[in-house]
Amino acid sequence: MTTERIDEVVQRAEQLFRDLEFRSVRKWKDETGGLAVGYMPIYIPTELLHAQGVLAVGILGGGDELEIIRGDAYYQSYICHIPRSTIELGLNGALDCLDGMLFPAICDVIRNLSGMWKMQFPDKLVRYLDVPQDFDPEIGGRFWRFELEELARELTARGARPYDAEALRESITLHNRNRAIVRELYALRQREPWKVPTHELYLIQRAGLVIPPEEFEQVLVEYRDAVRADQVRTPKDQARVLLTGSFCEQPPFGLIKTLERSGCYIVDDDFVQVHRWIVRDVETTGDPLQNLVMAFLEDSIESPTRYIAERAKGQDLVDRVAASGAEGVLFCAPSFCDPALLDQPMAVAAIEKAGIPWTAFKYAENNGQFQVIREQAGTFSDSIKLWSGEVAV
Amino acid sequence: MKGFPGTPTEAPPAHKDDSQLRQKQMLADHYGRLARAGETGEKNVYTFVPGNLTELVRSFDLLPVLPEINALQSAMRGKSRDYIAAAEKAGHSEDVCTYVKCDLGMKKAGNVGPTGEPLPDPDLLLLSYTGCFTFMKWFEILKQEYDAPVAMLHVPYQADGMVTDSMRDYVVKQLRENVIPKLEAVSGKKYDEDRLRGMLAESAKAEDDLVWVLESARNRPSPIDAYFGGVYYIGPIFTAFRGTEDAVDYYRLLRNEVATRVERGLGPITPEGELGEERFRIVVEGPPNWTDFRAFWKMFADEGAVAVASTYTKVGGVYDNGFRHDPDHPLETLADYCMGCYTNLNLPSRVDMLTRYVKEYHADGVLVNSIKSCNSFSAGQLMMLREVESRTGRPAGFIESDLVDPRYFSHSNIKNRLESYFQMIAQKRSGAAV
Ligand code: SF4
Ligand code: SF4
Repeated sequence: MTTERIDEVVQRAEQLFRDLEFRSVRKWKDETGGLAVGYMPIYIPTELLHAQGVLAVGILGGGDELEIIRGDAYYQSYICHIPRSTIELGLNGALDCLDGMLFPAICDVIRNLSGMWKMQFPDKLVRYLDVPQDFDPEIGGRFWRFELEELARELTARGARPYDAEALRESITLHNRNRAIVRELYALRQREPWKVPTHELYLIQRAGLVIPPEEFEQVLVEYRDAVRADQVRTPKDQARVLLTGSFCEQPPFGLIKTLERSGCYIVDDDFVQVHRWIVRDVETTGDPLQNLVMAFLEDSIESPTRYIAERAKGQDLVDRVAASGAEGVLFCAPSFCDPALLDQPMAVAAIEKAGIPWTAFKYAENNGQFQVIREQAGTFSDSIKLWSGEVAV
Repeated sequence: MKGFPGTPTEAPPAHKDDSQLRQKQMLADHYGRLARAGETGEKNVYTFVPGNLTELVRSFDLLPVLPEINALQSAMRGKSRDYIAAAEKAGHSEDVCTYVKCDLGMKKAGNVGPTGEPLPDPDLLLLSYTGCFTFMKWFEILKQEYDAPVAMLHVPYQADGMVTDSMRDYVVKQLRENVIPKLEAVSGKKYDEDRLRGMLAESAKAEDDLVWVLESARNRPSPIDAYFGGVYYIGPIFTAFRGTEDAVDYYRLLRNEVATRVERGLGPITPEGELGEERFRIVVEGPPNWTDFRAFWKMFADEGAVAVASTYTKVGGVYDNGFRHDPDHPLETLADYCMGCYTNLNLPSRVDMLTRYVKEYHADGVLVNSIKSCNSFSAGQLMMLREVESRTGRPAGFIESDLVDPRYFSHSNIKNRLESYFQMIAQKRSGAAV
């Protein structure tokens, strides 16, 4: 009945996702004259950039449609794929529209890429965001606040609006609304996964990386209202799985669809985490910059890129399985990804202890063949359905 | 860690200098104390080579244990293949750092250390998170294996090629409020700043002599090999002995020996004995391979190639830029030390360092040994190599191996590549001479 509405918004999101020349960013710049600054996975405080009038542009590699011509000359074969496609995008001019790039501290590859960017693009703003691994407000909090203040100063020096607390407060409010809708969509997918297929939710979130948050809000609202109103989609006999490990280099889009077609409802995942890194609303009263700092310290997801001091490793995954009603876990990490692959044995130990079935495979963003994974995921989903003794709906 | 340096216990050359014997004895004593810890009650702290806080740890009478060193020792003793296989069998990915897997395999095989004696379980895991992401995961894994407490010290990266006050304050505060209280709890002793100052003063003395030794490679012929030989020279200062009298004595002895070689116009000692003619002077970037260490060195020695400078010998501290531990500012100097380790420097700084080495050490070129499982070192090396080549006009070479996984040491391939590289240098030279 309303599938057209869904198709419309998803198609628009897909266009944005597939546009490796970032035309929407160029258009935005032409129209506003503002700065656009790219950022690598997983998290940056987009609120701050937005409050200074800067368009934050999430760069998640080149996917499976980008031809790598020069990028391979920058990386050995045993390094993941995302840095070479990102360098390719830099060298082929696609990222010319960006006035700078931010590199959050998530692994040594991204860290070293920040230095390469400095050498390759000396005229651009290049900033490594050293996120704290100490979560005491007086120690890690102070350090992180200083990092954010520095970032704000550097953006201003490049022509952005100076930091303004009220503007940040408004931006936080807007981002809170967007995060709330994303959470709502995740919750809806958990309850009724046939209504919110993961490949659609993925495209919607990817669109949110390249458009201003006001526009993203419209996309989110349109999609949410359309899927809520939909009467056509009906449940299928599929296994409910949680997919983890794909937080940085993203799997090829075809792989996500393949997993769904192989009999899996993905009811929780690690894709495009910037919209979900902060798990609840950021406080809006008081000092907004400090609120952003505290949200990072206290309300961030338990990513493998963060030091987990108190809780047992893997407990978070066990909790997520319970919360999402998943019946099994797919470990789906990029090849050569240190954070994901070093974390995996600890996570496996925790879920095995909890009696949760799992399977694991690796990918590169430009893989084109999914047959083996399709069979593996299909077998996994069949075994879940068989052993659970009931239809997974 | 960067595949850190070593204190290989297996002596390289057949002939042993007094300094080598001295180092061997220091190691034997140290590992002996660790082996007897169960009876003596001595406590230990597992930590990493880069950003190690040896003086601080020792000021509490705690003994440092360096898992990276254990891993490289396991490789030199031919055990790493099985250890890595055991870890992979237990679910650790083939794609990740082999030091971690080697360490886990060693633990599963009884945690027998380099001298054949068992190592005690850690009383504290001091996670000095400096220059390598893997460190964090490594100790998260060990925390589960041993159920040991962890002191996390997050050391910010020198992304802009400098240390800011905010970065220093951040590290100092963590030392004061997190690391020191945990060391106090484990040792049952109060933090004694005067004792720490005294040790830092000893560190600086040893550091002076180490720098003198490394810089002796500016001579022609170079009296040392600053990569293969260098890993022995950095041993005491990068591991458990910085800040001790033993280390001061060792470096004085070493310096005197090297000074004698300079006076006599001698080249380095290699596994095959004294190097004959010095034909090529090379700067090396990246850690060595440990599984075939002697064979690897021989490939250089057979060609008359000497490493006159290396970055690997800076992973546990960069001292040839003038940094010395400063007893007047004990925690601040430890912070600066941690932030200054080689892999905590950004890529432009690493390129600057290599370029400077090529020039100051009159090298024929720079050679990268790219380590398959070490993103900290390896990601970006191809660009670094091109940059150094273009800035110096000297040819760059590139080989690939692994730290401790023998599957990734292809003898013939590496030998061929090295021979071609040395030939290229020779041709360039003769071309220039025409
Ligand atoms: S895919 Fe993994 S290893 Fe590669 S850049 Fe991302 S986090 Fe780092
Ligand atoms: S990744 Fe490299 S620097 Fe890090 S622990 Fe392994 S060998 Fe050392």
